[in-house]
Amino acid sequence: MRERNSDNHSSVLRLSLIPGLGHLVLGERRRGVHLLAFAMICVLILTSTWERFLEAFQGSAIDHWIASLFLVACLLSLSTFSVRDVRRLVTLGDERVQSKSPLRIALRRFQANRLAVWSLYVIGALYFIAILTPLLTPYDPSAIEDVLETRYLAPSTAHLFGTDEFGRDLFSRAMYGARVSLSIGLLAMLIAKLVGTTYGSIAAYFGGVVDNVLMRIVDVIIAFPTFFLMLMLVGVFEANLVVLVLILGLTSWPGTARFIRGEILSLKEQEFTESARAIGLPAHLIIVRHLIPSALSPVLVSAALAVAGMIGAEAGLSFLGLGIRPPTPSWGNMVSAGSDALLVAWWVAFFPGALLTITLIAFSLFADGIRDALDPKALMQRFV
Amino acid sequence: MSGTVADSANALLTVSGLETYFPFGNRWFGKREWVRAVDGVDLTVRRGEVLGLVGESGCGKTTLGRSVLRLVEPTRGAVDFDGVDLLSLKGRGLRAMRRRMQIIFQDPYKSLSPRMQIGQIIAEPLRLHRIVPEHEIEMRVQGLLTKVGLEPYFMSRYPHEMSGGQRQRIAIARTLALEPEFIVADEPVSALDVSVQAGILNILLELQRGEGLAMLFISHDLAVVEHIADRVAVMYRGKIVELAETDRVIGSPLHPYTQALLSAVPSIDPATKRKRIRLPGEPPSPIGAVVGCPFAPRCPEAQGVCRESAPALEPKAAGHFAACHFR
Amino acid sequence: MLLNVQDLASYFFLDEGELKAVDGVSFHVDVKETVALVGESGCGKTIVALSLINLIPPPGRVVRGRILFDGRDLLRMESDELRQVRGGGIGMIFQEPGAALNPIYTIGDQITGVLRLHRSLGKHQAQKAAIELLGETGIPEPEKRMNAYPFELSGGMQQRVLIAIAISGRPKLLIADEPTTALDVTVQADILDLLAYLQEQYGMAILLISHDIGVVADVAERIMVMYPGKIVEIADTEDLFRDPRHPYTKALLSSVPRLGVGHNEPLKGIPGAVPDFLDLPSGCTFHPRCTIGDSSCTSEFPPLVDIGYRRKCACYKAETG
Repeated sequence: MRERNSDNHSSVLRLSLIPGLGHLVLGERRRGVHLLAFAMICVLILTSTWERFLEAFQGSAIDHWIASLFLVACLLSLSTFSVRDVRRLVTLGDERVQSKSPLRIALRRFQANRLAVWSLYVIGALYFIAILTPLLTPYDPSAIEDVLETRYLAPSTAHLFGTDEFGRDLFSRAMYGARVSLSIGLLAMLIAKLVGTTYGSIAAYFGGVVDNVLMRIVDVIIAFPTFFLMLMLVGVFEANLVVLVLILGLTSWPGTARFIRGEILSLKEQEFTESARAIGLPAHLIIVRHLIPSALSPVLVSAALAVAGMIGAEAGLSFLGLGIRPPTPSWGNMVSAGSDALLVAWWVAFFPGALLTITLIAFSLFADGIRDALDPKALMQRFV
Repeated sequence: MSGTVADSANALLTVSGLETYFPFGNRWFGKREWVRAVDGVDLTVRRGEVLGLVGESGCGKTTLGRSVLRLVEPTRGAVDFDGVDLLSLKGRGLRAMRRRMQIIFQDPYKSLSPRMQIGQIIAEPLRLHRIVPEHEIEMRVQGLLTKVGLEPYFMSRYPHEMSGGQRQRIAIARTLALEPEFIVADEPVSALDVSVQAGILNILLELQRGEGLAMLFISHDLAVVEHIADRVAVMYRGKIVELAETDRVIGSPLHPYTQALLSAVPSIDPATKRKRIRLPGEPPSPIGAVVGCPFAPRCPEAQGVCRESAPALEPKAAGHFAACHFR
Repeated sequence: MLLNVQDLASYFFLDEGELKAVDGVSFHVDVKETVALVGESGCGKTIVALSLINLIPPPGRVVRGRILFDGRDLLRMESDELRQVRGGGIGMIFQEPGAALNPIYTIGDQITGVLRLHRSLGKHQAQKAAIELLGETGIPEPEKRMNAYPFELSGGMQQRVLIAIAISGRPKLLIADEPTTALDVTVQADILDLLAYLQEQYGMAILLISHDIGVVADVAERIMVMYPGKIVEIADTEDLFRDPRHPYTKALLSSVPRLGVGHNEPLKGIPGAVPDFLDLPSGCTFHPRCTIGDSSCTSEFPPLVDIGYRRKCACYKAETG
């Protein structure tokens, strides 16, 4: 009996090398279909762009190389995940009743919020496409061909989003723009949250004079209107992607710093912190092991919102002509360029604008979803 | 039994003249006052004894318990633990001492890290103080769980999956991991249902006897204290007003406050109905200094002298101390 | 009979399933009587109280039963009528006096507000009546306290203010949900005395809800013991303490630490914990913790039946007589 079982197991495991098949056999339909669909999309992209895929390894641009590698990595990790998840399912057998970790509870609550899940799909798809851009774009985004022929073409099957005043394919430009906008959002958020968390924890950890000085500095920075600060800095430095990321990130950490400090100070008064002190845990370990993890979940929510904020800010700067400079496309400068021609060619501004809106909405819905999922009340108390 | 409260040959913990004040009000603007949470306390806890510390909310009993362990910094006074002057210790030395003295908190919903598994919670002190080598930790954790009456499979659970009584057992197991000689139990059962209280109290008693632990058992509930304590200290507005063997404090209390406190305990036994002693006025505010006996404003027997000079905690009978001019 | 509750059930509809917080509870309260509802945390006793005044928070609601107050069914009343009953006929006080008072209004504002609403008094009349009420509830210098904000009062005083508000409509029934749990022993005794005095004075009935069977012993004439969602025993106070019939009541009484019995006696607790509403045992929900139950207890919850003069019990094994 036992042997037959393990025989079955290994055949299921072998099957699940093709992502999703194992799950389908085991009756885990939802997850199986998802995995299979995602894998098929990857394969489809791979086969239809096979030649460009291969070009990546013949010493062309680095982003091209990353795109190809990413596609392969996606397929491989889907496969590994599928096998490992199936192994977990079969070894668990009937005892699927598991200990509910806080993370698991949060995931379950998040999954129950369909709007948030869909916005996560949208965000995931946007980033997926942004990374694969060099493989997917139908045209060169800056290629100016016969301008008189191709100028301001309305959306059609040849040019999904139409063309702009120089006859460049807007669909391709929107994809390249996505790369710029999305990566600025993500990287600037990371910088802001990392600096803010570290700074806030240091203030809370040392307390006293250090805390006072550090927080007064934060007060000063917060009192200074951020957008003007950005405008000033952008004026001084030549705006490119790295500079913009740094400027956006380094001007928006004080809120996080203040928040983390407050959170840690209030957690410090709680009994589980006292309990950690009572066993003799040194202060820095208390902060790293007990306080920061508890303070971090609300930061996660603000991080999701911050990405949207950063993308919006970049778009604003670019719209004013202070962000990413054309011909490098970003959604902001595309809208800016399109707004001049709104009456002759609405599509030039419309598509990047719509993408921008969709992205911002998706991030804020996603943030709502995390907020509800991480509600600490769900952990602390029973209902009645 | 002689002279002062503090002298006892068998003392493990000796507290003398302990004061813990907290600033109240702004440092730069307005008047600065002090909350005198602990206002001159002398106390000893003997080896292997349970000393009950009773008082109403705001009387300073919790702060006293924290001060003794230096979880709160005392303002003045001395705490001697087995010959070591606790208040002079710093950093590493203090952390090393923590192994020998532990605390159990009132609310097991708040005292356990919500993001850690039970196994990690209990293993944390074991790893920190290198009580057992790494490969024995899991076995030791299981042993501790069994000791507090829980199954080993609880190791992989999280606190929010457990009932209040179970969590308090976990807190006790974490405390025991360090094999302490002295435990401050701060209202360990008052957040629990009656039917569960008994189980926790019995575990505490069993462990205390089995391992010869000394314990400072803080509670507002006289019935619970009577059940577990060898001696009882009664606290009022930052001071100890009475201290004696449990039977004496419950059976023949001397201080008028103790008498009033006892008379207010609800009883389910018609046979032990006590006559209520009503206290006029409000529970005292711990802000600012008091002249005279702190209980004088509410005491039914207070006279002129009570408002002028504070009575000292003096022996009134063998081993029975009270702070009152008229006893 | 002032209040007659028949087969009351209130469920919460959660993602995890139906939580039957109150599941078929029947009891009555006579005019001027003090009845206590006793049970451990998470047994649904507060939900009973909230059902009576129709204030169950969503996702919960009353799903069946009748609540006859003065012969009229509260569950079938229009909301206007119900509001009148809530203000005048039934008063309620809660566990956390600090949380029940609005921190940004003075005590005087809060009492006169209620008085003007429910007794439709003028400003000055309301002022006078409020001072009177505060004095009645034993608050010293009531004129001065009218201008105090809640945070300036101690917990005991706050609870007195809430009692003053609750009795301002001259209710026939006062529901007191854990009125002394957040208070110190000496203050607790004062508040219980006050409740007894007011009952005498105004001829109110009191439904006293508590987790502490010791607290209700002195004041209640009858006691009802609750175990998740159900009442398992009802008896006159004296009978209940002298001769408890339901095994849960027996175990509960023996686990209460008593003062003056000498120390170091091991206490008898009840093994296990109060079961989770979402994971109730089959049949009699007490059977896993019961010492006298057998296989017959696991299929159906025993009905609450008469087992003697003025007493009821829900146990297959309880002695009658």
